Amino acid sequence: MDSKKFKWIIFWAVLLGSVYFLWPTFLWYRLSPDEKLNSQKMKDKIVSKILNLGLDLQGGIHLVLEIDADKLEKDMNLQDALNRAIEIIRNRIDQFGVSEPFIAKQGEKWIVVQLPGIKDPQAAIDLIGKTALLEFRLVENTAAIEKVAAKARELGVQLKDIYDENHLVKKEFAELIPKGYEVLPGKEEGYFLVTTTAQVTGAYLTDAKMKIGGEYNMPYVGIDFNKDGAKLFAAVTEANIEKRLAIVLDGVVQSAPVIRSRIPDGHAIIEGNFTAEEASGLAIVLRAGALPAPVKIIENRTIGPSLGRDSVNAGLIACFVGLLLVVGFMFFYYKSSGLIANLALILNILVLLGLMSLFHATLTLPGIAGIILTIGMAVDANVLILERMREELRSGKTVRVAVDLGYEKAFSAIVDSNLTTLIAAAFLFQFGTGPIKGFAVTLTLGIITSMYTAIVVTHQIYDTWLSGRQVDRLSI
Amino acid sequence: MLQFFKKTNFDFVGKRNIFFGISGLLILISVVSISFHKGLNYGIDFTGGTLVQLKFSRHIPLSDIRSVCSKNGINCELQDFPQQHSVIIRIKKGTDEGIAKKIQEIFKSAIPDNPFELERTEYVGPTIGKHLINQAFFALFWSFVGIIVYVAFRFRSGIWGFAGVIAIVHDVFITVGLFSVLNREISITVIAALLTLAGYSINDTIVIFDRLRENIRLYRKETLYQLINRSVNETLSRSIITSLTVFLVLLSLFFLGGEVIHDFSLALLFGVVIGSYSTIFVAAPIVYEWEIRKTASSE
Repeated sequence: MDSKKFKWIIFWAVLLGSVYFLWPTFLWYRLSPDEKLNSQKMKDKIVSKILNLGLDLQGGIHLVLEIDADKLEKDMNLQDALNRAIEIIRNRIDQFGVSEPFIAKQGEKWIVVQLPGIKDPQAAIDLIGKTALLEFRLVENTAAIEKVAAKARELGVQLKDIYDENHLVKKEFAELIPKGYEVLPGKEEGYFLVTTTAQVTGAYLTDAKMKIGGEYNMPYVGIDFNKDGAKLFAAVTEANIEKRLAIVLDGVVQSAPVIRSRIPDGHAIIEGNFTAEEASGLAIVLRAGALPAPVKIIENRTIGPSLGRDSVNAGLIACFVGLLLVVGFMFFYYKSSGLIANLALILNILVLLGLMSLFHATLTLPGIAGIILTIGMAVDANVLILERMREELRSGKTVRVAVDLGYEKAFSAIVDSNLTTLIAAAFLFQFGTGPIKGFAVTLTLGIITSMYTAIVVTHQIYDTWLSGRQVDRLSI
Repeated sequence: MLQFFKKTNFDFVGKRNIFFGISGLLILISVVSISFHKGLNYGIDFTGGTLVQLKFSRHIPLSDIRSVCSKNGINCELQDFPQQHSVIIRIKKGTDEGIAKKIQEIFKSAIPDNPFELERTEYVGPTIGKHLINQAFFALFWSFVGIIVYVAFRFRSGIWGFAGVIAIVHDVFITVGLFSVLNREISITVIAALLTLAGYSINDTIVIFDRLRENIRLYRKETLYQLINRSVNETLSRSIITSLTVFLVLLSLFFLGGEVIHDFSLALLFGVVIGSYSTIFVAAPIVYEWEIRKTASSE
């Protein structure tokens, strides 16, 4: 087989391959929102074959969480804590139902969470950021807290201010608060004097469910303890009948019911004036377990679906108009030779998108900008070649010789200039977070595919056209 | 054959001092502007802070938003997109994660007759900002090193590599200067545009260097002065046409690409112009200047 034929086989393979890999994406974006949701639920294979839209294009949230290393338990190192936190956050998100969430460690003590296409960002953030440390603590009688409150009124300070920034009780109040007790705020109102150590914790939990019922038909959370937890719970309730037991979640007293009798079976309920959403959210975080330490949100980018939609539309229009301008210009300036360059350019875009679909890559808004920029820069190789051909034609060479010399002499300039751009793109990728990375990916792939389409494909078109025929004039 | 440029024969090297002067002036303007503004206007990506973008259902004057903010003691910068009834509220200092939520609640109750849709919120903590600035400089620095090494290797001359990087620094710095003059924010997308500009700028310079390398082999009797002029003239047509095609697509990105990448396209639009200028008028003359000084000092 001669090399010309071989080149055409490769050409058709690349073209058909690109169309083949792009086809699922094409089908996908013609589906209605309901059909999309349905195939996501059915775990349809098409979902893993499409070109995804990034957070900035379909809306969603990007969070970076920092774990509070000072509040870790002493025997736990930071890396273990991070891994455990990631696992728990993943559990919570899975139950929340998000397609294609991304959760990963970043740097020393950061966790990145990306949730595309989410409807209620605030609920998701509340769910992820909650430590969900559940504790049952005994309440000291109301007389003691009354004394503290009276002293606070006398000094004109709020009850929440009786602790300083290091969580040590201020000396004016020190004698009023019995040893082994502390003051915690209530969810609705008031303050409670509770034991500093928990009698039972959420670590013994086996299940938590949102339920509706009770005296006022309100949502509450029913929890089940495992065997050890049930034993502890039974012992605590037995020993403290007629006392109040505070149910504390992340340092806030949810409710403090009075213990009426020993509870032997390990069932308990958490009430606290919840809405149904709050109660089911709480049930989810309790089931998934508590984070090893509190996390702080240090970066939060939320993009609404409407802005994403606008960005997609604007990006596509800009792409199309940019392409039209370049194609028009190339034809206007280089005539038929410009048309060949245009063919290469359109093939380049097709191959680029096909490759991105093949890698199941994510298209971001800067990624679209990268494609647009690729359109502008990809013709550069052809401009170099065509300008070279013109020079050779001017110096009296025949068409055949001018074409070959054009490719030969422009080659080193094209390779060197594209490789240096690749170096910059590689560092962009290294540096990039999220969207920027998408830009670096499309730019890099675009540079690579353009070298094939602009150098190899256009050359073989000239070759096939010029072979076995006498051409005196080149339309250039 | 349609041609913008017939065979040209400009004396680029001879007029180099004029071009060095122009570049010097642009750099001076940038420096003055940056120091006048007391440093660059970094966006919340770098300083830390909160951004809330709200899309109202009807037109809302910026003064209304400003008065709601100041009544509630929020010290904010505003930017609006009147066609979309969309407003960006930025708060740079002393923000915490909850403030975006608070702002939405404030506007919901202060302007009840013009409901809004939340387009985006961004909160960036100060530690993340520092981390991002470090990463950006790290990426710029190492791409420069990579480019110098590659060019030095391909063209067998460290001087050419440095000249190429001086041209990049020139382009990036003057583009940053323009952002300072316009008092536009340097956000993370602008940094991405600057890195792209670095890639584009060197791409352009390499084409001239490539021709110079070829001409040095072809015309052994010509002086460096003649060779550089010849190379720049021969590639002039290509330089202009490529810049033109890139410029065309960037124009479409700038006007049609949407508000989110507006600054990105602005940086590149300006960068392409300054990049073509530096390729033609600065990079090659620097090689000349450097080479003659080297020869003079070695004699």
